[in-house]
Amino acid sequence: MNDRAAQNRKVMIRLGMVVAGMFAFGFAMVPLYGLICEVGGINGVAGKAGGRVADTAAFGVDKNRLITVQFDSTVNANLPWEFRPQTRQIQVHPGELASVNYYVKNTTDRAITGQAVPGITPWQVTKDFKKLECFCFTQQTLQAGEGKEMAVRFAIDPAVAAEYQTVTLSYTFMNTEQVSKN
Amino acid sequence: MSGAVAHDDHHDHHGPPKGWQRWLYSTNHKDIGTMYLFFALFMLFFGGAMAMYIRAELFMPGIQLASPDFYNNMVTDHALVMVFGMVMPAAAGMANWMIPMMIGAPDMALPRLNNLSFWLLPAAALMLILSILAPYIFPDGGTPVNTGWTLLPPLSVQAGMGMDFTIFAVHLLGVSSILASINIVTTILNMRAPGMTMLKMPLFVWAWFFTGLLLIAIMPVLAGAVTMLLFDRHFGTSFFDAAGGGDPILFQHLFWFFGHPEVYVLLLPSIGVLGLIIPTFSRKPLFGYKPLVGGMAFLATLGMVVWAHHQYTIGMSLGATNYFMIGTILISIPVGLMLLNFIFTMWRGSLTFETPMLFGIAIILMFSFAGVTGVMLAVVPADMQYHDTMFVVAHFHYALIPGAVFGLYAGVFYWLPKWTGHMYDERLGKIFFWWTTISFNITFFPQHFSGLAGMPRRIVDYSIQYTEFNVISSIGGFMFGLSHLLFLYIIFKTIRGGAKAPAKPWEGSQIGTTGLEWTLPSPPPFHSFTEAPVVK
Repeated sequence: MNDRAAQNRKVMIRLGMVVAGMFAFGFAMVPLYGLICEVGGINGVAGKAGGRVADTAAFGVDKNRLITVQFDSTVNANLPWEFRPQTRQIQVHPGELASVNYYVKNTTDRAITGQAVPGITPWQVTKDFKKLECFCFTQQTLQAGEGKEMAVRFAIDPAVAAEYQTVTLSYTFMNTEQVSKN
Repeated sequence: MSGAVAHDDHHDHHGPPKGWQRWLYSTNHKDIGTMYLFFALFMLFFGGAMAMYIRAELFMPGIQLASPDFYNNMVTDHALVMVFGMVMPAAAGMANWMIPMMIGAPDMALPRLNNLSFWLLPAAALMLILSILAPYIFPDGGTPVNTGWTLLPPLSVQAGMGMDFTIFAVHLLGVSSILASINIVTTILNMRAPGMTMLKMPLFVWAWFFTGLLLIAIMPVLAGAVTMLLFDRHFGTSFFDAAGGGDPILFQHLFWFFGHPEVYVLLLPSIGVLGLIIPTFSRKPLFGYKPLVGGMAFLATLGMVVWAHHQYTIGMSLGATNYFMIGTILISIPVGLMLLNFIFTMWRGSLTFETPMLFGIAIILMFSFAGVTGVMLAVVPADMQYHDTMFVVAHFHYALIPGAVFGLYAGVFYWLPKWTGHMYDERLGKIFFWWTTISFNITFFPQHFSGLAGMPRRIVDYSIQYTEFNVISSIGGFMFGLSHLLFLYIIFKTIRGGAKAPAKPWEGSQIGTTGLEWTLPSPPPFHSFTEAPVVK
């Protein structure tokens, strides 16, 4: 009977180790998940996200097409900032370099750090929308009452499918200092 | 029959202690099994009451009974209660009762752990009840738990205090089922009577073996995910907050890595019950026992690696969605094998249609519906259309109610004579069967149509063109709910009395199985198999 109890304890400890291992596995996914997606290239039908510095030297300008690019802005409810594009829309040739300014103002009496999160509609264009410079690449800190203009420079890869004649670039400014609460 | 009667000479207790101590301190697998089953029965009515509210709210378009947040809270807790509070404890209760008796063990391998894994459940239930009450009883309680059972961030990070109670409830339920699973797997590996080889075990034991292994693998991942959620809510981490560098999609992956195998956790014990009932009432040995065991192993393995078919719309690459689609469709192979083996078992058998068998046949038929809609949902382009509609609701209720719940009802009717020593009222059992089966179909069949027509799920209100389908659904739902009062009556009537049940209450009890449960009298003595029986 004691033999059996020892045997039971052995199996119990082994299964307990599996439990501990799987608990750790869940946490291991926090760093690994992004890595797997990046290495495997499985993160998104749109390919690489539109937040990376691009190399436009690789492609020429396609003078035969014009794409309308619209600009949009949203501020998350927990960030008391003003945020708007200086230009509502422009027309560019694919491959042509363009630059647009956004205006942002901290309306409070204290410094706050925010981060703009870009989004492109239709999403199929995301992989062809190359940003060379963007205020969304870094966090932005605004002093109390400070307002400033921020630039985004981009070009659209001429490889973009002809059906996409209008593209909307939208930004949501998030407060990085507090996790969103109701 | 040798060894069936308790021998007390090397045991320090003589039969059950009296009063509340018998239950609170219990280390007896039969008593703990009984407590599991009564707990599940209570939660069945608790979760059922929430379903009744949901159907009452959806009876007509518009918002009639309570706020949308409360509705969403009920949708959330209906799922949590039914999955974690009802199906899993009921299946664990049957495992506790039957597995030691089937394999000739005197008790579970780890009886004290067994006590702990049960008594965590009432605490978890209390946490769930508090999660519903939190917005009303605490001054700064915030919004109700309005996320659905998937608890997806960012909504779950923003929800009120109730979410914390839900997270703790999930922790407790997780620990409880991990401990129960460790116990059951250890029992199956170590406690078998001499001669009871692994491939002689009744199918129910095999089913729970795989269920236990699945739970041991997946519950810790869920526990980790909700722990991260708790940290995001209170300790300033950003596991799932995009603004802080986290990724809300990661939670979906972690949740469904648990959530999809969980479907098989709910299903497999019932498949095991079917594997006993179908041969008994067909009076023929089970057709293809080894393929069934292999099929369950295949199902459990495959079930671990297809989780993202719940997330086709998150924007994975085409290669990844293709993989998950093909993997998901492959699952129909082991499931089809199981259902066909059950049909072949019935083929040219000498069938009688007692209540457990009626449920068994209904499960084969209705679970196949879920299989068909499941293949539809597995196909990526189709799923883009069906995603988050009532079609999905119809699909998983057809999977879980016949697949899991009816399997448990069948088990209850099949084993009630063994557990109580009394035969249940066959006439009432049959009424209950027809009443539940018909009303279940009235409830959920129309939801296929409203879903295909575009009615979204988890939303308190709907467009008026869905009214007729919802009225039918609600009427069916109320009938379905009401039928369970009869279920309750049958159970208590059987406990209180009825015709005396023999050791083998069914004519085909011992056909094609080496299970030892039928060698014990009905009801079995408090301590059984204190001397190990030998299986030839």
